Amino acid sequence: MIAQKFEYTAPKSLDEALHLLASGAKPLAGGMSLIPMMKLRLAAPEHLVDLRTIKDLNYIREAGGQLHIGATASHYEIESSALLRQKCPLLTETAAAIGDVQVRNMGTIGGSVAHADPAADYPAALQALEAKFVLNGAKSERTVSAADFFVDAFTTTLEPGEILREVIVPIDDARTGTSYQKMVQPASGFAIVGVAVRVRQNARKVSFARIGVTGLSNHAYRATAAEKALEGKTPSANDIQNAAALVAQGVDANSDLHASADYRKHLAAVHAARAIKSAISRIT
Amino acid sequence: MKINLSINGKSYSQDVEPRLLLIHFLREVAGLTGTHMGCETSLCGACTVELNGKAIKSCTMFAVQANGAEIVTVEGLANNGKLDPVQEAFWNEHGLQCGFCTPGMIMASKQILDRNPSPTEEEVRHGLEGNVCRCTGYQHIVNAVKAAAAGAGK
Ligand SMILES: Cc1cc2nc3c(=O)[nH]c(=O)nc-3n(C[C@H](O)[C@H](O)[C@H](O)COP(=O)(O)OP(=O)(O)OC[C@H]3O[C@@H](n4cnc5c(N)ncnc54)[C@H](O)[C@@H]3O)c2cc1C
Ligand code: FES
Ligand code: FES
Repeated sequence: MIAQKFEYTAPKSLDEALHLLASGAKPLAGGMSLIPMMKLRLAAPEHLVDLRTIKDLNYIREAGGQLHIGATASHYEIESSALLRQKCPLLTETAAAIGDVQVRNMGTIGGSVAHADPAADYPAALQALEAKFVLNGAKSERTVSAADFFVDAFTTTLEPGEILREVIVPIDDARTGTSYQKMVQPASGFAIVGVAVRVRQNARKVSFARIGVTGLSNHAYRATAAEKALEGKTPSANDIQNAAALVAQGVDANSDLHASADYRKHLAAVHAARAIKSAISRIT
Repeated sequence: MKINLSINGKSYSQDVEPRLLLIHFLREVAGLTGTHMGCETSLCGACTVELNGKAIKSCTMFAVQANGAEIVTVEGLANNGKLDPVQEAFWNEHGLQCGFCTPGMIMASKQILDRNPSPTEEEVRHGLEGNVCRCTGYQHIVNAVKAAAAGAGK
């Protein structure tokens, strides 16, 4: 399995990379999705620009009351970040659930988000976190919300020549609990379904709920009906079941050899209930 | 493209095609055949090597991406004929049968112990999720990692 011939550039700066991308080159990050596709010749880019050699794209930091994660932060760097564990545990928990050690050592958050695999883990968490993505072109910069970014399977609002430069997530206060629950496809580690929940309580009432779902349909989405069913309640076990049942409602569910559409919907409800319970139990 | 890298402490400088996979560089250019090509599809972990201290699948990386890197393969573990404690433990605990998966298993096991010197059984199994063995049923591999952690691999 040998990829088609291509040219390779390892730029030192973002400007240099964006310049090459503007003339038709394709970004290479961890290669954990792109290289398998190139080996199978499902992808045959003529020119690859390696983002991992750009030092300025690799960071995890707090600024302006938010968390900023550079595109090439690896799944392992996110999973093991003390800052994120403390201020955004949903992301560390999600990163730790991706694939296997070797994939987490190489794969990057920018690559995962840009690739937009319908079974990828981060998109569920990033929907629940209402993350923002900073996209740069040779002469442009814009910020797009997770809600607007994921368009279809493997399809996003990224324009040719643009890269995802940074992911921005909020810092929640102590009354917020989060959880990511996933049904693993055992061969690859991808999510058959994955549900990320973020809830805030005020005087024991849920004042705010955000639920992101991946694996179920063509792209990760927010389950707003389920969120509304929790808000304003001190949810009983029954309320949680009822809210969880809403995450898959009206969704055109994927079906493949691992899980039929009906089974996926069932799994989504089961994992949503687990994630809601676990998120509430983590509120300190 | 000209690349420079270190493998098991030895420097290599070579002109390569960008599409050459790291595993092919290791096996065919450097002649280090200890690293095995199993699935070729990023799933089995037989090709695992250490790149700048991190376990990676060398079938899913181009050699040009390793330019400037320090690589350790299974051949680089023994020191002056003395096996690494993880190698010893695989031997003592019968952590292999046919041995095909073993180089990758050992490199992945080293990563587990580098990051967590006394892992639980569950943590060992989690750390080996990227490595497939068709022979052992994993129990003896897990025992070997635990034995290496306990310093019993002597
Ligand atoms: C065995 C295996 C198991 C896996 N299991 C899981 C799993 O359980 N859950 C999961 O979520 N994922 C899983 N993955 C996928 C993995 O998370 C990939 O790392 C991720 O999908 C792609 O990130 P990357 O950095 O490797 O990107 P690459 O493969 O380098 O790139 C992917 C695509 O994104 C583009 N791209 C990369 N970076 C950028 C950027 N900053 N801006 C714009 N475009 C960019 C590339 O051009 C390419 O089209 C698995 C992969 C493997 C091989
Ligand atoms: S040969 Fe690389 S993962 Fe199987
Ligand atoms: S010992 Fe034969 S594949 Fe593991």
